[in-house]
Amino acid sequence: MFTPSLHPQSDAQPDSLRTEAGPYFGDFGGRFVPESLVAALDELTAEYDLVKKDPAFAAELMELHRSYSGRPSIITEVPRFAEHAGGARIILKREDLNHTGSHKINNALGQALLTKRIGKTRVIAETGAGQHGVATATVAALFGFECVVYMGEVDTERQALNVARMRLLGAEVVPVKTGSRTLKDAINDAMRDWVTNVETTNYIFGTVAGPHPFPAMVRDFQKIIGEEAREQVLALTGRLPDAVTACVGGGSNAMGIFHAFLDDTDVALYGYEAAGDGVDTPRHAATITKGRPGVLHGARSMLLQDEDGQTVESHSISAGLDYPGVGPEHAWLASIGRATYLPVTDAAAMSALRLLSQTEGIIPAIESAHALAGTLELGKKLGPEATILVNLSGRGDKDMETAARYFDLLDEGAEQS
Amino acid sequence: MSTTSPSNLSSSTTTSRHGTSTSGVTHSAVEATIARRRAAGSGALIGYLPVGFPSLTESIDAAVALAANGVDVIELGLPYSDPVMDGPVIQAATQKALAGGFKLHHGFEAVAAITAQVDVPVLVMTYWNPVLQYGVDRFADELLAAGGAGLITPDLIPDEADAWLAASERTGLDRVFLAAPSSSDARLVQAIEASRGFVYAVSTMGTTGARGAVDSAARILVDRLRAAGSTSACVGLGISTPDQVREILAYADGAIVGSALVKALTDGGVAAVGVLAAELAAGTRDLR
Ligand SMILES: Cc1ncc(COP(=O)(O)O)c(C=O)c1O
Repeated sequence: MFTPSLHPQSDAQPDSLRTEAGPYFGDFGGRFVPESLVAALDELTAEYDLVKKDPAFAAELMELHRSYSGRPSIITEVPRFAEHAGGARIILKREDLNHTGSHKINNALGQALLTKRIGKTRVIAETGAGQHGVATATVAALFGFECVVYMGEVDTERQALNVARMRLLGAEVVPVKTGSRTLKDAINDAMRDWVTNVETTNYIFGTVAGPHPFPAMVRDFQKIIGEEAREQVLALTGRLPDAVTACVGGGSNAMGIFHAFLDDTDVALYGYEAAGDGVDTPRHAATITKGRPGVLHGARSMLLQDEDGQTVESHSISAGLDYPGVGPEHAWLASIGRATYLPVTDAAAMSALRLLSQTEGIIPAIESAHALAGTLELGKKLGPEATILVNLSGRGDKDMETAARYFDLLDEGAEQS
Repeated sequence: MSTTSPSNLSSSTTTSRHGTSTSGVTHSAVEATIARRRAAGSGALIGYLPVGFPSLTESIDAAVALAANGVDVIELGLPYSDPVMDGPVIQAATQKALAGGFKLHHGFEAVAAITAQVDVPVLVMTYWNPVLQYGVDRFADELLAAGGAGLITPDLIPDEADAWLAASERTGLDRVFLAAPSSSDARLVQAIEASRGFVYAVSTMGTTGARGAVDSAARILVDRLRAAGSTSACVGLGISTPDQVREILAYADGAIVGSALVKALTDGGVAAVGVLAAELAAGTRDLR
């Protein structure tokens, strides 16, 4: 059973930052959910605690990573791109090359295996950019689960290709028409579905937010990114990078690459949040930069909210970063100064997206382009001696419509259609 | 805030509106009301409406109409941007209230205006973040000052409620936690021990919204709550007709009606709320 006595409240400096298992990360995390969900969260926590220690589970997941999604993902050094970053050495961790096109598959495979263990046959998911929805629809097809994906109506429009992918994979996609009609509202509807169907249904949550055990569990399924990359960078350069960077929506790809480096005190960690039109405008999604502590979607974390605690709508050109909350472990890492979170505007991200495309022949997801844009600035600051590892969390295929419109890439007639 | 003399529209209770915890004994007006209805061979009818829908004034008038037509306890909802426990009817109403400019201070104003006019306990139903941001103690103090009886907290489990448990001890406000069909026996005991006023027995696994039939899970849950020592278990979610109220009150201490009243207000205004409340109240008579 979940007990609040698990809060790590000792002021003794922990030996390692890598052992946090929730429900609390410092003052952040917990379980602020309807009572109806507690039994399911307890069941998930108990099963997860079992499989964590089970070598057979680890082996089964590893085999799926290897033979289904294509792990380990490679690293790629990008010198022509790096010329625009003050000459720092820049290395990309290529999560864009995973099956389904982003890091989201790492977590979806882990939770699908867990779903099979628990014996549930229906899975639900929320999705913003559609990448987590596609990953969940994919594993549902692979495991033979019924699958329903909740997606804000705004996002079904800007990521229409991913809607088609999910439907082709056999999933039902439910456009969510309440609230801001984006990721936040998709999570609300997924939670309502879960409250109603919890007996048959597992909620495959897509990021390191939400109630315990999701923040710790999703991080554990994503930390393979950093574990691989740490070894790969050591092998390539003979030393650890000076900085590791990632974009932060809910924060799963960032936690995934940060985690292996948390105890490497010489490695700086940078998370880049979506600044939309700019953090001095109301149109952004820079949760840690501009938010205050509060409760949303089952956890206490940083939150964009008004003085009454009403969630404020976020804005970003990137559907995957368009979220007014963030995972509690990030709020904690920010509060203790271990990681730094900085805002990146739509314009800077789109410019970095084009730059990587044209200097290296790699079209990143708009989400990942936020990390690239932040890295361009960081490189100038750190200088040519520095090595920076960037999590390239996804590929840009899903974003071609947005990019075509943004850069005016199509002929008049085609663009109008 | 007006706190003028109550006009005693319902003249239904002589106990104070909110509990006090002096000398370790609590006097919850909600508990007293429920006990009185039980002693009369019946049970309590609890009616939910959100503040600020369709307007602040009409929401106050509608709540007053509940009490005037036989509702024993008012559950006043504070609109919130992310109401995960609510179904489409209440979501639509509370979104409209927010779009219409609802602020938390309107909630306290509504409680004060309602308790000035009618003598039934008013519990406030709110998601947790608004309370947290307002300040748990400040929120409790202002609710008490407005004449509120306590809080129903759908997304706050006792495990996370230390600050609210302390504030409600200090102020004597009621605190209603939820119990679900999926709750373990240990969690039912925890909900009973943490709650004052009543325990909110969730009739079914799901969100608010009218349903054709009340789930048999409700009766099993109330039986389990009784076995665990509860003396005040009220059933909510999906109850919309006088027959359902009668069915629930045959075994529970109270029946909570929400979406059906909100729908009546949406479709027919304050007058329709009064009519439905009176019909539902008829379901609380001649039970056993
Ligand atoms: C490619 C890509 N990167 C990043 C994100 C943001 O999620 P997170 O912050 O959990 O990694 C998404 C979400 O949809 C995504 O598709």
